[in-house]
Amino acid sequence: MINFDNVSKTFGEGDHRTAAVDDLTIEIPTGKITVFVGPSGCGKTTSLRMINRMIEPTSGTVLIDGVDTRSIDAPTLRRGIGYVIQNAGLFPHRTVLDNIATVPVLQGQSRRSARATAAELLERVGLPESMGQRYPAQLSGGQQQRVGVARALAADPPVMLMDEPFSAVDPVVRAQLQDEFTRLQAELGKTIVFVTHDIDEAVKLGDGIAVLAIGGRLAQYATPAEVLSHPADDFVADFVGRDRGYRALSFTAAGQLPVHEEPTLRLGSSPARGPAPSSAPVGEPYWVLVVDDARQPRGWVDARRLTSGRGVELGDLVLGGSLADPHASLRTALDAALSSPSGRGVAIDADGRVIGTVAARDVLRAIEAARVNAPHSPGQGTSPGAGAREGEADPAAAAVPS
Amino acid sequence: MTGAWDWLTTGANWSGASGVWARLLEHLWYTMLALAVAIVIAMPIGAAIGHTGRATGLVSGLANALRALPTLGLLILLALWGLSTFKGDIALLGPAITVLVILAIPPILSNTYAGIAAVDPAARDAAIGMGMTGREVLAKVELPVAMPLIMSGIRSAFLQVVATATIAAVVSLGGLGRYVIDGYNQQDYSKMVAGALLVAVLAIVGDRILALIGYFMISPGLTGRKVRARATTADMVVAIRQEGGSTVLEPANQAGARS
Amino acid sequence: MNWNWLNRNTDQILSWLLAHLWLAALPTLLGLLLALPLGAIAFRYRWSYAALITVAGLLYTIPSIALFVVLPGILGTRILNPLNVVVALTLFTLALLVRVVADALDSVPPPVRQSATAMGYRPIRSLLTVQLPLAIPVIGAGLRVAAVSNVSLVSVAALLGVPQLGQLFLVGFQLDFYTPIIAGIVLCLLVAAVFDTIILVAVRLATPWTRAVSHR
Repeated sequence: MINFDNVSKTFGEGDHRTAAVDDLTIEIPTGKITVFVGPSGCGKTTSLRMINRMIEPTSGTVLIDGVDTRSIDAPTLRRGIGYVIQNAGLFPHRTVLDNIATVPVLQGQSRRSARATAAELLERVGLPESMGQRYPAQLSGGQQQRVGVARALAADPPVMLMDEPFSAVDPVVRAQLQDEFTRLQAELGKTIVFVTHDIDEAVKLGDGIAVLAIGGRLAQYATPAEVLSHPADDFVADFVGRDRGYRALSFTAAGQLPVHEEPTLRLGSSPARGPAPSSAPVGEPYWVLVVDDARQPRGWVDARRLTSGRGVELGDLVLGGSLADPHASLRTALDAALSSPSGRGVAIDADGRVIGTVAARDVLRAIEAARVNAPHSPGQGTSPGAGAREGEADPAAAAVPS
Repeated sequence: MTGAWDWLTTGANWSGASGVWARLLEHLWYTMLALAVAIVIAMPIGAAIGHTGRATGLVSGLANALRALPTLGLLILLALWGLSTFKGDIALLGPAITVLVILAIPPILSNTYAGIAAVDPAARDAAIGMGMTGREVLAKVELPVAMPLIMSGIRSAFLQVVATATIAAVVSLGGLGRYVIDGYNQQDYSKMVAGALLVAVLAIVGDRILALIGYFMISPGLTGRKVRARATTADMVVAIRQEGGSTVLEPANQAGARS
Repeated sequence: MNWNWLNRNTDQILSWLLAHLWLAALPTLLGLLLALPLGAIAFRYRWSYAALITVAGLLYTIPSIALFVVLPGILGTRILNPLNVVVALTLFTLALLVRVVADALDSVPPPVRQSATAMGYRPIRSLLTVQLPLAIPVIGAGLRVAAVSNVSLVSVAALLGVPQLGQLFLVGFQLDFYTPIIAGIVLCLLVAAVFDTIILVAVRLATPWTRAVSHR
């Protein structure tokens, strides 16, 4: 657990004094990802860097597990905290392995054993072991960033600070890195403080989100769902931006959605009773879901265009339509329905087999129900993560200045 | 020219106290001494300036002024002063070595400073964030990363010192310059050319040896050996810009980095 | 300082100063004129870069005094001939600037180069009207180094009897007399400062856009 107690940081002197962080009090739960998000100039990086004393607070205290960080010698403190930054900051003169081994060696471990650990970590972040002998300049941006994460993990620190770690790579690689990071965190359960200016990234990765406003004011501290559905003030609403209602659906489980039975056609077979039933409206396509031998969905076919007696081929299929796992969020369910040519979203089970379809109107009904049932707490700062979700908010720990 | 060849192939010219071997050793001795003293003085100062970012204007100003200073004038000025102040060998050797050191300092100092100032801020930030002390950041990150530029500074200094040590013969110092100066006074052109050729060979061979040392001292991650030319030319351009033209350009250095 | 001595020898010193100015300025200009096309070739053709830079590096490695001595044997000039100094320093300037020009052209951002090509510039025209102007600040910085070094190197030629400010040092040494030495050093520094300023101003005038950026 990391606590900021009335922490302020001002830069400059006299008339040029500007507040980077203004009286920040926040509790960062152990084993969770807490994201500091906000526009540039909101003090999110300054706040992060006060945890490992790269920046010293002007006033207030930062405590890690109840221990005032100022009571620990700064380099010693930092060796116990993982640190990942935007451009990885790898040492160009050291091989990938030696980069990863940096902190263990600083802590007095032998180079040999540090390298052995480093090689394991390399695999853990999804890089082949052979890459260990390369130099940073020989790696792509995404690979460098993975090495950066491995380097921060090398001494197995309980706390990790990550400052815009995925901002410098292209969107495809970024999404990949985010997914792998989520997977890694599920295994490791570190206490992570993550800084980003990208609200989507914050929502995707954070267990809790602290939205900071210019001047270092904590505008809201809550779960991603709460921030999206109930922004504390105009600033947060504006920062969270368009589509926030739609994005908030990501956090509503689709559990109660009715799954309708859907007749399917096996790839290669021909419809037994003619191309389309006579009851179907004339002049509109009659969509039939096509599956393969494993009952995994392959696409939709307009039965009116099929000539009887000939098997359905891949070339006949209209592809597309995302798939909905009924246990996933309303957002995926709605998307599946909207992106399907038939208007019916394909629902699949854990093995990817078709179990039926979901209809957009059912999703909308579920959204409506969720909206009515949702507690309308007016943007009070709460301790997020487990705390906020289970309503154990400690108001003292996360008071939001209004 | 043929005269110089005859002179060089005459065995008698190579032995004895004024023979080539003895003169070469003298020349090397002056050069190495001056270079070593200059490194000991310039590298820590350059590192401190690069690490703290203080007094950077001073560096470029100093380097510029020293480049313009006529070496011959400085040499003679200090030699006259030495002769009137000290007795014995030190009266000549002291001022001459001092001049050599003074000339060797700027390229090493400004290149060390420029090399450290050019270290990727992200790498420095990561080093501090991982818990390196200021000293560790300097020793484990900044100096190794700055090493290509530092080595090229040392090579520039070496060439400067070899050349100036030759001129130092005019104030009665030993070394290969003796052949040039004595040859001139004796109107023995063959001897002059022979001396000049020997100096040129010493400069070229010494430069190559320093390049080889650099090959082992500089991480392959920083050179064109494993990575496409990245640091070399770009850094030089950066260095020229930073110094407003006062950074000594590395001459033969890393010529093949692009090939 | 013995001002009387300086007064008595003003004419001599002025003639040395004039000679020094020429001997330093001419090689700087010639070296630049030769370095521009050679540097452009080194930049344009990768294979020539390594070759040209290696030769330039080797030339630059040879101490000036050695070149002053050896050149008469190659050129067939007399050892006192100022031409030796001009040729030697031209070679030095060229050796230094070839690489600077090539790298300066290379430092022009690729998007600028590519947009010139995309708008239909032919290579030569793009080089002359787009890349070369943008390379001026870096080339200018290299030229300042060359010019200032040349001023200092010219004086070395006094050892071979070529008349210029370097003679003041030898006179001082022979007479055991500080005044001419200090006068020589001051005049050398002055000449270097004048050259440096001229190039600095020329680069400023030729690149108004660089100031537009810095004033923002």
